[in-house]
Amino acid sequence: MATPAANRAIPAPKEDPTTKPFWDAAREGRFLIGLCKDTGRHFWYPRGCSPFTLSNNVELVEAKGTGTIYTFTVMRSKEPHAPAYVELDEGPRIFTNIVDCDLDTLKIGQRVRLVFKPTEEGGAPVPMFTPV
Amino acid sequence: MSIKGAAYIVGAFEHPTRKAEGQSVAQLHAEVAYGALQDAGLSKDDIDGFFCTSAAPGLGPINMADYMGLTKLRHVDSTDMGGCSYIMHVGHAAQAIKEGRCNIALITLAGRPRAEGMATGTVPRSWAPNIPDDPFEIPMARTVVTSYAMVAQRHMYEYGTTSEQLAWIKVAASHHAQHNPHAMLPKVVTVEEVLNSPMVADPLHRLDCCVISDGGGALIVARPEIAKSLKRPLVKVLGCAEATKNQAGGYLDLTYSAARQSGAAAFAEAGVGPADIQYASIYDSFTITVLMQLEDLGFCEKGKGGAFVADGNLISGVGRLPFNTDGGGLCNNHPANRGGMTKVIEAVRQLRGEAHPKVQVPGCRLALANGIGGLLGHRHGAATLILERE
Repeated sequence: MATPAANRAIPAPKEDPTTKPFWDAAREGRFLIGLCKDTGRHFWYPRGCSPFTLSNNVELVEAKGTGTIYTFTVMRSKEPHAPAYVELDEGPRIFTNIVDCDLDTLKIGQRVRLVFKPTEEGGAPVPMFTPV
Repeated sequence: MSIKGAAYIVGAFEHPTRKAEGQSVAQLHAEVAYGALQDAGLSKDDIDGFFCTSAAPGLGPINMADYMGLTKLRHVDSTDMGGCSYIMHVGHAAQAIKEGRCNIALITLAGRPRAEGMATGTVPRSWAPNIPDDPFEIPMARTVVTSYAMVAQRHMYEYGTTSEQLAWIKVAASHHAQHNPHAMLPKVVTVEEVLNSPMVADPLHRLDCCVISDGGGALIVARPEIAKSLKRPLVKVLGCAEATKNQAGGYLDLTYSAARQSGAAAFAEAGVGPADIQYASIYDSFTITVLMQLEDLGFCEKGKGGAFVADGNLISGVGRLPFNTDGGGLCNNHPANRGGMTKVIEAVRQLRGEAHPKVQVPGCRLALANGIGGLLGHRHGAATLILERE
């Protein structure tokens, strides 16, 4: 028996001054991730300092929006949904949801691609993923 | 500077309530504090050190000290590392005592999530304002159960761990809980009953999850001369350590916990190893939490936790490592959604020989308590405490 992912109401992310550019880009459909310019490594979640060096020599760069499922679960609530970590092709593993699919078919290692999902009260859309 | 032998646990008390409809959180703190003082044979004005967390009402060291009339305090510490804080506080109290900052420390925990109808584990919630990860995780429905479930899922993928193996952890806890008159779930369950309970978040079933309960507990930690002047059995602090583990900027590895680091440090300080431990209190927010800690503490190899916990190996009188002989969070009590306090209390009971006779480890001299605070699948802390009966 299939478990279709519910189209649950997603609470709006609370934006703060440091990560506002991330949410502004999301509103334009662009998915950004952090880049530490000291080390050349991408990071998640976006912030104003490098988690590798603590310097503020960082920028937001556009990611491809593709990756593989590192782990997931299916919340068996009235509105079934699938919190997951997706390993982006750029490297970081990001906490997200797998959406728009039969949740009973999900597997670790599965390829997924980005879909932005709208949030409540006109909030910025949030990056989620669906099987390719 | 080692705290080995610097302090003793001289008082311990677990509140008997599991649904506190008639008491405020502050009153529960007062009741557990009084209970622990009675247990130790001390009185309120003997306390000169006070430890709590942000789960205590208000600014704990100020508002709670005021409520309880603690007027002799010289040292306070409200370091909060979630549910494992109270294990860590024993170590912090021993440090403070060793440095001469206090002589007799009180540690309290209390809460009433059950009476307040809190959806503890299944609703996304923030700990506080301005947390930088919240905007990226609350919309993704980050909950306690889904965070731990993702760890379990990855463990199964990496090591072939099964739901049957996880279920044995609950089965063992239930075998102990049947002897605890205060346990919320005193009925012995089978592996099949765990597997047949409703799926909450794959692969965790309802019976893989701990209870939601009210109540609390308190501990009194004192310097050696004072401990030896009291009439209670001597429970010495041998080692204690804490650690945190974060997402490493997105390069996280969910196959191990911060207990790997806290455990190694605590064992080194105590001068003992996993093979020496006769009883272990392991924070059991979920079955997977126990499995991860057992591996990371070195009770078995990484990835072999499933085989280690199977077939009753955690049942007192049956297996190699009796654990959570009060029934733990899975069956007995999980006051304020913070399991560290009751873990230390049951370890103290075992070392005193005051556990229920059906689950008492004969001649128990060396015990360990370990906890995980926060969200195992996101960012968390761990604390390890090693205690010896002198």
